[in-house]
Amino acid sequence: MTARSVSITFAGSGGAGVMTAGNMLLDAAGHAGWHGYMTRSSGAQIRGGEAAAMLRLSTEPVQSHDDYYDLLVAIDWQNVGRFAAEIPMGSDGLVLGDPDGGDFPEQIKAKGARRGDLPFKQMAKDIPGGRANMIALGVVAAMVGLPEDALMAVLHSSLKKKGAEALAASEASMRAGMAFAASLPEMPKLAPPKAVDKKLWSITGNEAAGLGGVRAGIRFVAAYPITPGTEVLEWLAPNLAKLGGVLVQAEDELASINQIIGASYGGTPSMTATAGPGLALMMESIGLSVAAEVPVTIVNVMRGGPSTGIPVKSEQSDLNIALYGLHGDAPHLVLAPNSLADCAFTTQWAVSLSEALQTAAIVLSDQSLGQSRATIAPPEDPGFRASRLRPSGAPEGRYRRYLNTESGVSPMAAPGMKGYQYTADGLEHNEVGTPSSAAGDHSAQLDKRLRKLTGHDYGAHWADIEGDGDIAVITWGSTTGPVREALERWRASGRKARLVSMRLLSPAQPEKLAAALDGASRILIVEQSHGAQFHRYLRAHYDLPGSVRVFHRPGPLPIRPAEVFGQLVNWS
Amino acid sequence: MDATSACASFTARDYKSDVKPVWCPGCGDFSVLSAVTKALAELSIPPENVALVSGIGCSSRIPAYTNVFGFHGVHGRALPIATGIKVSRPELTVVASGGDGDGFSIGGNHFMHACRRNVDMTYIVMDNEVYGMTKGQASPTTAPDWEKSKLTPQGTGINPFHPLVIALASGANFIARGFSGDPNNVARIVAEAIRHPGFSFVQILSPCVTFRPEQRNWKDGVRAAPVEATTDPARAARRLMSDDGFNLGVLFRGDRKPFQPSMKASVDSVVALEEEFLL
Repeated sequence: MTARSVSITFAGSGGAGVMTAGNMLLDAAGHAGWHGYMTRSSGAQIRGGEAAAMLRLSTEPVQSHDDYYDLLVAIDWQNVGRFAAEIPMGSDGLVLGDPDGGDFPEQIKAKGARRGDLPFKQMAKDIPGGRANMIALGVVAAMVGLPEDALMAVLHSSLKKKGAEALAASEASMRAGMAFAASLPEMPKLAPPKAVDKKLWSITGNEAAGLGGVRAGIRFVAAYPITPGTEVLEWLAPNLAKLGGVLVQAEDELASINQIIGASYGGTPSMTATAGPGLALMMESIGLSVAAEVPVTIVNVMRGGPSTGIPVKSEQSDLNIALYGLHGDAPHLVLAPNSLADCAFTTQWAVSLSEALQTAAIVLSDQSLGQSRATIAPPEDPGFRASRLRPSGAPEGRYRRYLNTESGVSPMAAPGMKGYQYTADGLEHNEVGTPSSAAGDHSAQLDKRLRKLTGHDYGAHWADIEGDGDIAVITWGSTTGPVREALERWRASGRKARLVSMRLLSPAQPEKLAAALDGASRILIVEQSHGAQFHRYLRAHYDLPGSVRVFHRPGPLPIRPAEVFGQLVNWS
Repeated sequence: MDATSACASFTARDYKSDVKPVWCPGCGDFSVLSAVTKALAELSIPPENVALVSGIGCSSRIPAYTNVFGFHGVHGRALPIATGIKVSRPELTVVASGGDGDGFSIGGNHFMHACRRNVDMTYIVMDNEVYGMTKGQASPTTAPDWEKSKLTPQGTGINPFHPLVIALASGANFIARGFSGDPNNVARIVAEAIRHPGFSFVQILSPCVTFRPEQRNWKDGVRAAPVEATTDPARAARRLMSDDGFNLGVLFRGDRKPFQPSMKASVDSVVALEEEFLL
């Protein structure tokens, strides 16, 4: 019995090593030629809370989790109930637990899955230095049919720093697990991998966002740590240094946004990364970047809100603040990656747009993209580069920094350019940059700042549009993964539907969406927010033809492909 | 500052713009503007190699009145903007400036951390112990019994903040005080502050003739500091703690190394970074 995709969760208390086991399984699957996707779920505790590594391995590229898990391996039962709701299982699923760790918890029993005993404690005791998480890894590897050499290659590369003794103990633990698997109930093995022409990458969405930034030319970053955006900054710190760029850890988000505005004013493409509470703090100065026309990119990795909310779990609820959080009329860019790999593409595109249009770009990633790790085909560099319009030659008369050009984009000088001194200002100003409260200057500069965004040709990247038929599903960001999968199943059953996943959210592209929806009579909107923020945004800026339904709910429960599929079935 | 850039000769006029200040007649900030341009001329730094950054408030209007690269940002955030400019463009001369409300109240956290970070720049605070632009409210340096504000008609009842002591405790590398009534001395202090490596903090007593007319009497209270500047933070702390706020001159010169990350690349391109992702 083989399957195209298998889903596994390792669970245990924090520090039990479930993330290590998950990462190693993911990498080993990648070595073997399979694709994989791993999401972390953890509590707020730094150590000792609950933790789960949720994986899906497949013969095809994976963008999201499946409807059900085939296997749950619990190293211990401590606090597992807290995220039991995030691990749906069917009656053919299998749960493995240690008989020495007490009875299976009620929430787990309630899933109705098959149960099996895996005596971790006893097995680990019998191996010098034995580790329960490596036993779990061995069990799972054998059960899904992972080739031993791929597993050993990853074991050796991950643990070589820990010394020969630790390596031997881990290998023995893993082999014990692999041997024990034969005595357990069967589960579907993963079908053999398809031949891949290139070595795969193992990367997180947050790392991909950092990569997109430096590919575009980002060389200055100011950072304030915040979950779940910190890894963007942690990846950038050493890598910017290698590129001759700089990362400064700032005293707060007010400082980080203003430092990047300063560095960008100085001529260096600049970026920061944050999450909801940090974005809220940055709002006033993002408005400064719009008014003073200083390009900056802010990667906002969304988590459950409002306020401190649920820092470690995903939600698409920062759409409103990103679109509408600035005071005054402040046109700016809002973009959203719609897959883990797309975090690189969209961030890179955002930086290049921000630089070309001399305004702020907010990139809305989220925890489920940012903190997930996947094995993916290496994403090509799409070639977007930071390129700013500069004045050239000697200035004729007084330099007009905010010249009211036809496109709205004015040549921007940098310090050091003789004769081009000007004062960048958040106060309304005239073309020269001198503060002005005159009605004419205000409307001219407002028009100019809007025109440069609305007049720009964003090409085909504004959305991913796939399929045809009279049903259209409109979504954005991380919910694109399950929607895409639902539509694949829908089409596989001989029916038609189209997908519109919007990557560019501001400025709105009403004509392009109208063209994408031409002939559609049923529109399903899918999003992960309690307030249906995306639906309201669509209603405000677009004409939606035919009848419209909305499937929305808050985090942290991810939207599953079967749920989207069910919405389509119920509408047919 | 970069010594090699001091080649051409300039006058204070080369650093002034033709924009007419919004300041009230008699405002101390006019003299500060003159003193800053004079200091820049003395240092002969080409105007295009100077960045002057401010926040919001009367004195924060200063960049538009100069002919250097200016940035008039939002309230309280001059120091982070200046930090971003200097760290990414270390060859520029970077000066941040503003008032006591901007720097010590809404921008107080940045003040402390800019002192601590010790980036090579100069911070000039024109201190008049009042919010002028919003028509006369108490600032962090206002005396507790000042009752002329409609917002705090019984006075704030809160002791004022001692910016020089905070600067020292936070790690500023150069601490001085000037008085706008003596612009030549202010120009000398500002020039030395710019020349001194690291974060230099200059408080300039700059009377608000509109909301604090009694500050016209400051000219009778100020005096040159009775002793030379110290390089010993402990001694400086004792002096500043007992200081009445009217001792003028350089009060502390430190020798901490300025913060400036290396900007030497060790790889040719981003492609070299991508190897870490390969399985």
